[in-house]
Amino acid sequence: MSLLVLADHHDGHLDDATASVIAAARQIAEHAGGDVDVLIAGDDVGSIAEAAAKLDGVTRVRVADNTVYGHQLAEPLADLLVSLADDYAYVLTSASTQGKNVLPRLAALKDVSQLSEVMGVDSADTFKRPIYAGNAIATVQSSDDLKVMTIRTTAFDAVGQSNDAAIEPVDTVVDNSLSRFVDEELAKSERPELGGAKVVVSGGRGMGNGENFKLLEGIADKLGAAIGASRAAVDAGFVPNDYQVGQTGKIVAPELYIAVGISGAIQHLAGMKDSKVIVAINKDEDAPIFQVADYGLVGDLFEILPELENKL
Amino acid sequence: MKVLVAVKRVIDYNVKIRVKTDHSDVDLTNVKMAMNPFCEIAVEEAVRLKEQGVATEVVAVSIGPKAAQEQLRTALALGADRAIHIETDERVESLAVAKLLKNVIDEEQPQLTILGKQAIDTDNNQTGQMLAALTGLPQGTFASKLEVQDDKLQITREIDGGLQRLELSLPAIVTTDLRLNEPRYAKLPDIMKAKKKPLETKSPADLGVEVASKISLLKVETPAERKGGIKVGSVDELVDKLKNEAKVL
Ligand SMILES: Cc1cc2nc3c(=O)[nH]c(=O)nc-3n(C[C@H](O)[C@H](O)[C@H](O)COP(=O)(O)OP(=O)(O)OC[C@H]3O[C@@H](n4cnc5c(N)ncnc54)[C@H](O)[C@@H]3O)c2cc1C
Repeated sequence: MSLLVLADHHDGHLDDATASVIAAARQIAEHAGGDVDVLIAGDDVGSIAEAAAKLDGVTRVRVADNTVYGHQLAEPLADLLVSLADDYAYVLTSASTQGKNVLPRLAALKDVSQLSEVMGVDSADTFKRPIYAGNAIATVQSSDDLKVMTIRTTAFDAVGQSNDAAIEPVDTVVDNSLSRFVDEELAKSERPELGGAKVVVSGGRGMGNGENFKLLEGIADKLGAAIGASRAAVDAGFVPNDYQVGQTGKIVAPELYIAVGISGAIQHLAGMKDSKVIVAINKDEDAPIFQVADYGLVGDLFEILPELENKL
Repeated sequence: MKVLVAVKRVIDYNVKIRVKTDHSDVDLTNVKMAMNPFCEIAVEEAVRLKEQGVATEVVAVSIGPKAAQEQLRTALALGADRAIHIETDERVESLAVAKLLKNVIDEEQPQLTILGKQAIDTDNNQTGQMLAALTGLPQGTFASKLEVQDDKLQITREIDGGLQRLELSLPAIVTTDLRLNEPRYAKLPDIMKAKKKPLETKSPADLGVEVASKISLLKVETPAERKGGIKVGSVDELVDKLKNEAKVL
C-alpha cells in the first residue's frame, strides 16, 4: 500500500517543507513498501505540480486544481483527501499550520487517530514524536489501518530534485458551504523563510519595542538570516505573529540561532534547541538561555548589536 | 446562543517535567496541575461573549479523572454557568475526546464550541479539528479574533505566513491561539460562588463511547540534553569563535 503526501504551497510556490515530508515518507516506505504520491490541491497549481514532480522518490503527482480548493480551506481539503485515502496506507503532510488544520479533520472522518509532529521512524507502525514541549520524546505504535501523520520537517533532510514523476489530474470536486475565505495579511519579506533558514536571529522582550528590531535587521542582512521572536515580543506587538518561535509557534533548527534579549523559557527552547549552534545575548548572566547556548555574551544588547553588525 | 467550552487538566506550564525511571510515561505524581493555558483562553472568550450579550449560556466540559473537577470549578469561577464532567482514568486520545464531545454537542446543541488549539502535555493540536469533522461543522482553528454576526462567525486565524480571515456558518467549532485574549484571574467571591454552580458527572459508557485507542505508548524518554557552552568576553571573541571554532560564519 502506498503513501500520500499532501504538499504545502503558497503564492504559487511549492514550500521546502514538502521535500522533507517526502524524505519521511521514503523512510516509512523502506519498512512498509509502497509508492510515494504527492497531492497538490489548490486553485491554479500547475506550476507547483511541476516543481513537485522533480522531487526524488515521488512516483506520481496528483493534482486537484479547482477554485473550491483555493486557499486550501480545511473542509473541502479533508473531503478531497477522504475520497483518495482508500488507495493509501499513509497520509502525511508537514506540521505547518496548514497541515495541522487539515489532517486531524481527515483522520476523524476516516475514524482513525492522527500522529502529530513525527520526528522519527522506527518501523512501519512505530514512530517518535515530542511531547511536553519537546521535554520528552514518546515512542508510539499505531494499529490503525490508515496512518495519518504530520511531520516535523526539521527532523528529516529534504530529498533532492532530479526526478521527473508523472503528473495526473484528480477530478474529484467537493462542495463547501461551511467556510468562506475573506482575506489574508501575509508578511512580505525578502528574507529566507523562518522554518527553513540557515541562520535565525531572534529578539525577545528585551528588544524593548518594534523599532529596535531594526538592530537585528542589519545583522540578519549580513548573515542572510531570517528574523524570529519570542512570544513576549509578539504579544507586545513588536513583530507579527508569524515570527514566533517555540512550542506553539514555529520550530526551527538552523545552523546558527542567535537569541537576543530572550530569557529562555521552556516554551521558547522547544522551538529552537535543535539548532546546531546557539548564541545568546542577554544582560542577565543567570538567564536560562545560557544553559543551552554554545556561546553566551553577557551585556546590554543595545551596545552589543551595533558592534556585532560592524564586525561581521 | 449557547457556547460550549472544553477544558483539559494538564501539568502546570511552569513545571519542569520528569520522565519515569521505567520510561513508561512522564511522572505526574505530586506535580502541580492546572487548566491548559489554551483552554483558559477558550473560557475567557466564551465569558466575554456572554458579557457582550452574544452568548446566553456558557457550558464547560472536561474529560478526565475525578480531579479534573478542579479545572471545571475554575471555569465556573471565571464565569461559566454550569459544567459537565466526563469521568475516566484512562489515557484518552484526541479522537475519543472528540467522540465524547460530539455526544455532548448532540445533546446540548451549542451554536459555538471553543477549545484550546493544543494541550501542552501531548502537544497534539487535533481535538477541535476532529470534533468539527465528526459533527460536520466548519472549523476555525488558531483563532486570534472572533466576531459573531447574525448566523455567521467572522474569524481571524494565525497561520504560518501571517493572518487569515474566514467566514464560517454557525454552528461552528473554534480553537484558540495565544493572542485571542488575555484570560482574567478568578476572584475569591467568584471561586466561592462557583462551588454552588451545577456540575454534572457522566461516564464515557453513559455516552456509548469506547475510549480505548489504537495508539499505544511504548516508551517515553528524555531527549539528549544540550550541553551548555561557554561565555565569551567580547563581540570580537564571539565573532572569532563563530568563524574559527563553530565555523558557521
Ligand atoms: C501556553 C504557552 C505557550 C507559549 N508558547 C511560547 C512560544 O511558542 N514561544 C515563546 O517564545 N514563548 C512561549 N510562551 C511564553 C514563555 O513562557 C515566555 O513567557 C516567553 O518566551 C518570554 O519571552 P522573552 O524571553 O522575550 O521575555 P522575558 O522572559 O521577559 O525575557 C526578556 C529577557 O531580555 C533580557 N533583557 C532585557 N533588556 C535587555 C538588554 N537591554 N540587553 C540584553 N538583554 C536584555 C532580560 O534579561 C530577559 O532575560 C508560551 C507560554 C505559554 C503559557
